[in-house]
Amino acid sequence: MLSETKSPISGKQPKFGVVVFPGSNCDHDTYYVLRKILDMDVIFLWHKQSSLEDCDVIILPGGFSYGDYLRTGAIARFSPIMNEVIRFANKGGYVLGICNGFQILLEAGLLPGVMIRNESLNFVCKDIYLKIENKETVYTKGINGKNSLKIPVAHGEGNYFADEITLREIEDNNQIVFKYCTSDGSITNESNPNGSIMNIAGIINKKGNVLGMMPHPERSSDSVLGKTDGSLIFKSLVNNIFN
Amino acid sequence: MFKAKVLIKRRKTILDPQGKAVEIGAKHLGLSDIKNTRIDKYIEFNVDTNNKKAAEEEVNDYCKKLLANPIMEDYEFTLEEI
Repeated sequence: MLSETKSPISGKQPKFGVVVFPGSNCDHDTYYVLRKILDMDVIFLWHKQSSLEDCDVIILPGGFSYGDYLRTGAIARFSPIMNEVIRFANKGGYVLGICNGFQILLEAGLLPGVMIRNESLNFVCKDIYLKIENKETVYTKGINGKNSLKIPVAHGEGNYFADEITLREIEDNNQIVFKYCTSDGSITNESNPNGSIMNIAGIINKKGNVLGMMPHPERSSDSVLGKTDGSLIFKSLVNNIFN
Repeated sequence: MFKAKVLIKRRKTILDPQGKAVEIGAKHLGLSDIKNTRIDKYIEFNVDTNNKKAAEEEVNDYCKKLLANPIMEDYEFTLEEI
């Protein structure tokens, strides 16, 4: 069952660290996918520790860190481990923030913009389609021949917002990596689950090492769950990180 | 010691979906004159110092770094000696 989603991964393999905040709830799913599906070296990193334990990739997982109090990600951003994560990211280390992890990256200033309540005010939990807008990132380089990726979202605050100047800048720098789209890859209002400006679902920093995305690739990586497009993002990262 | 009362307001240019939804309730109540409902945050706490300038600095720091997100929110506060 698991072998279906495994791909030959060659060369040196990265060590992954999944940060656990109080209220993280996708940490184990992420760990499971990396260890059992992709056969990677992966450890949990408790938010109170200050060492990243020589990990090559840090993942800030989904969940409701600190109960989403004040603003999503606002308090987690000051967890002791975040000083190290920020230092690591600024030195070019790979950091992937998924859902709440994306919100934490925004609050930490590692990515531009803010996240506000979904336009519908509903918590949206469903499969959506993603168009890859930038195929040159380490997270997307290896994904070919797909009009869209089918990956679920599950959030109440995924409505990405940035002012006009910031938007122009991230567009000009090709920092928009994923946009919500239809299954055939068309960017439409109907395919936008949360009211995000320009259908933005994921952005990367200028250097190309820090990616934040609202959809959950770890929930669509095991064929048992009926969809595996999420694993393509992890595989791309594994295959390209040391190249 | 001072009592700090902080008001955090989302900038007018940023959509407030909560305010919009609450206003639909106002319409259902028949309150047709209610417009531009915005839901903001009010936060209260004590600052344990007798130096007003130091208290102001600390509250500013708290607001800028944690209570408000300067990308989308503005804040104002008052300090009252207690």
